[in-house]
Amino acid sequence: MAATTSPRDEAQMIASIIAGDSRLFHELIRPYERKVYVMALSFLRNEADAEDAAQESFLKAFRNLASFRGEAKFGTWLVSITLNEARSRIRRRDTIKMESLDEPPDDYGHTSPALLRDWKEIPSEALERKEISLLLRQAVTALPPIYREVFLLRDVEGLSVNEAAEAIGISIASVKVRLHRARMMLQKNLAPQLKGVAPKRRWFPWP
Amino acid sequence: MAIECKHVWAHISGYLDGNLAPDVLEEVQKHLEHCEICSAILDSTRNILVLTADDRVFELPLGFSERLHARLEEEIEGMEAPPPAVD
Ligand SMILES: [Zn+2]
Repeated sequence: MAATTSPRDEAQMIASIIAGDSRLFHELIRPYERKVYVMALSFLRNEADAEDAAQESFLKAFRNLASFRGEAKFGTWLVSITLNEARSRIRRRDTIKMESLDEPPDDYGHTSPALLRDWKEIPSEALERKEISLLLRQAVTALPPIYREVFLLRDVEGLSVNEAAEAIGISIASVKVRLHRARMMLQKNLAPQLKGVAPKRRWFPWP
Repeated sequence: MAIECKHVWAHISGYLDGNLAPDVLEEVQKHLEHCEICSAILDSTRNILVLTADDRVFELPLGFSERLHARLEEEIEGMEAPPPAVD
């Protein structure tokens, strides 16, 4: 989602907030509410925890605004605060069965896509049906964390590859590799499930 | 020399982002013209990206903004007026 505020306006707002006009912070963060919530939700997987983590991330950003130097975009800086907040909550929550944030074994590269013949397009009105939104959300949430974060930043929230690399703290090449794997895993998972959306068409599962 | 389907799948993501090298792009495009399987895979992947990017998939909970800004306001007020001394 594109922020409607230009970077220059943002820089001015941030300067004013640091100078004491604290209430401008309300306005500064409006374009980022959804982005921060979605990032938190994808990691914490339940709405209440995600909302709490999102609030905490915005508060941390507010308290530490003076340390934001402006070498990154404000949105990118905010996303990295959110990622840290979500990750530390996961560690606290599941100390025993912690989700691995390390690179999983390199076998996702060989994932074969699922074949859906005659499936050019599911009309976006289909999203009015709650179960389809849920299906998509569950599939994204089920991705391993390192793929999920890249996919959400790039394909759901529309960050550039460079911005995603900066927010996560990995190379641009890694973003591209993870993004490719994330998309292939989603395609393989979702394509057969989405056949229920257009049952009159013919469906060919990939062997 | 025709390239294999598996080779094309490795480039689907780059193809969708428009960042394939010109020679690879040409090979992939040539393959897509005659391969129904890879075309279907490409279309479905593109469709999934369009659908997951829709705002209705990841919605903010009702009242999210109101609660967030109320909590921020508390923080700002707390900063302006130091808490009263307790005895
Ligand atoms: Zn093919």
